[in-house]
Amino acid sequence: MARNLSMKDAINEALDLEMRRDPTVIIMGEDIAGGAGAQGEEDAWGGVLGVTKGLIGKYGANRVMDTPLSESAYIGAAVGAAACGLRPVAELMFLDFMGVCFDQIFNQAAKFKYMFGGKAQTPVVIRGMVGGGFRAAAQHSQMLTPLFTHIPGLKVVCPSNAYDAKGLLIQSIRDNDPVIFCEHKNLYASMADVPAESYTIPFGEAAIPREGKHVTIVAYGLMVHRALEAAETLSKEKIDVEVVDLRTLSPIDLDTIIESVEKTGHLVAVDEANPRCSIAADVIASVTEHAFKALKSAPKAITAPHTPVPFTPVLEDLYIPSAERIADAVRKQLK
Amino acid sequence: MSDTIKQVVMPKWGLSMKEGKITKWLVSEGATVSVGDELTEVETEKIASAVEATDAGVVRRILGEVDTIYPVKTLLAIIADASVPDSEIDAFLASYVPPAVEEDEEVVDIYSTVTLPVGEIRYAKYGSGDKTLIFIHGFGGDCDNWLFNTSGLADQFSIYALDLPGHGRSVKGFNDASLSGMADVILSFMDALSIDSANLIGHSMGGAISMKTAIKAPKRVKSVTAFGTAGLGADINIDYINGFIGSDSRREIKPFLEELFFDAGLVSRQMIDDILKYKRLDHVPESLRELADTVFKGGKQSENLIDAFKATGIPMTAIHGADDKIIPAAHSEAAKSFAKVEILAGTGHMAQMEKSKEANALIAAQAK
Repeated sequence: MARNLSMKDAINEALDLEMRRDPTVIIMGEDIAGGAGAQGEEDAWGGVLGVTKGLIGKYGANRVMDTPLSESAYIGAAVGAAACGLRPVAELMFLDFMGVCFDQIFNQAAKFKYMFGGKAQTPVVIRGMVGGGFRAAAQHSQMLTPLFTHIPGLKVVCPSNAYDAKGLLIQSIRDNDPVIFCEHKNLYASMADVPAESYTIPFGEAAIPREGKHVTIVAYGLMVHRALEAAETLSKEKIDVEVVDLRTLSPIDLDTIIESVEKTGHLVAVDEANPRCSIAADVIASVTEHAFKALKSAPKAITAPHTPVPFTPVLEDLYIPSAERIADAVRKQLK
Repeated sequence: MSDTIKQVVMPKWGLSMKEGKITKWLVSEGATVSVGDELTEVETEKIASAVEATDAGVVRRILGEVDTIYPVKTLLAIIADASVPDSEIDAFLASYVPPAVEEDEEVVDIYSTVTLPVGEIRYAKYGSGDKTLIFIHGFGGDCDNWLFNTSGLADQFSIYALDLPGHGRSVKGFNDASLSGMADVILSFMDALSIDSANLIGHSMGGAISMKTAIKAPKRVKSVTAFGTAGLGADINIDYINGFIGSDSRREIKPFLEELFFDAGLVSRQMIDDILKYKRLDHVPESLRELADTVFKGGKQSENLIDAFKATGIPMTAIHGADDKIIPAAHSEAAKSFAKVEILAGTGHMAQMEKSKEANALIAAQAK
């Protein structure tokens, strides 16, 4: 029974099911209340793009907390609440805003377990939008996943489809460590068959949405779709591409990447982030270190350039790695 | 189209199949083939299988290329008698118009749910013949285990395939996790859908549930066709059962799934992904554990149904893979005194998938 759900609705359903199952799960953030059926402004929001719509009607204002416009305050409150026994899911709207609450996340949430000798746990989820293509300009369009992935103590998730989004978010909420949950805004409308029941997807398990034997493309988030598009084009040229969807960046499933590269001998790593210290760079470094002998050509990174995300649509479209760029990189690998 | 020129096209195995990949040609141009000969191996996202010739003749042209994905109905090869001139085949190909791609809307949603005393049960419904078949999967399976059979028999029968409680997309829990409790689910399913009586087709534990249903309500069961069935002896590969329940990753579960088939290559990544998706639903591992601890208590099958089933006089066909590693084929041999028994060589526990053509013929013969 294909039960087609958008990624936005799958995230809403994951929050709903976990709030129903576990009374310690609360959500907080800016404009996240809404959709309760009340008149006027009270009903208008539910998240800027409606991801949390309707939850306040089911769980009330004590568990769906509309916060002041102060990320440093409410992210700090969420981290503290997590350390004291709740399971808060804090929405940072655009993860670009994390800059003002780095200390709460990097120095507190990520360090508690370590600093308190394993006796403290911080089951907080910080979720929000990432990525470009939304015409939202440089401060609302970044792919900052490498920044989060760099920090020990944080888990970093970036789903590519509605099925994974639901299972990974439920896993994130049940996980006892802080999780940064990255939702690509241009995937909110993408549809997949999503079971109505609760389910989880373990962290550190990549998916292989397309099997192939000539070249491995490693991607995550929106780039999985670009990679699949490139693979489709290349199949008409008799190039059989395998696409690895990382799903979680920390922990990362190196075994699956290496197993694939050992089969194909060629690696193209695609990342919407800026090139320096990117996930693509990390994947290439790891494969080069652990499976150098399997490589028949130099691995190639396809990333955004080292500039802010442009606002002008023409430039933004050029900025984000395209299927054509990925396909070209694959062709060059095989030359 | 000339009726001397026969087309070999990409088959449609099950309603969800939209395309398939040719992995290997088993014949070359110029080969003489008979009906039923295997022509090419095709891999779908669900399973790999062979395309068989439906016409005899000479393979005159091979058009489908290896490692290429083609939509269902794509022309893959031409079979014609040796006497048909090449020019006629060339003319046919020159004027060949590929069939229109089916619109998605034409695919009727075959899945429905029905609420029974145990909870919500999902089922698939195919076909609309006078006779009714109900397909009952085995431990850890779901209604899609029967894709090759339901699609192959839907033109002759009214077919229902359900997900048992604890399985697929049905309720995850039981009123009674014994064979008797499961038989009650089948009877309440028949009540809810106003099915007075039916032919039951079961696989493994589902075969035992079919027999148990017949024992409890003999008037409502016209026949039983069982594949690799439980209920005929004590042995069960409990390491498989425990491994299936306990594995939570592709690497862990793959060796267990390979035990199901004679040809381990049939275990595709998609099959593993689908099973992991099921196993990761909330309450599934606990439900499977409860079921295993009841039906396979202490690592042995809890019930031997031979005497009670024999007493009903209901006709039965028992089909078993000679190389079944889950339940030994000797169990079905033991049913020879009251059932038609077919032991299939080169076949594992999933006989209905591995030998779907033979399986479908045996199901149809028993149900008539």
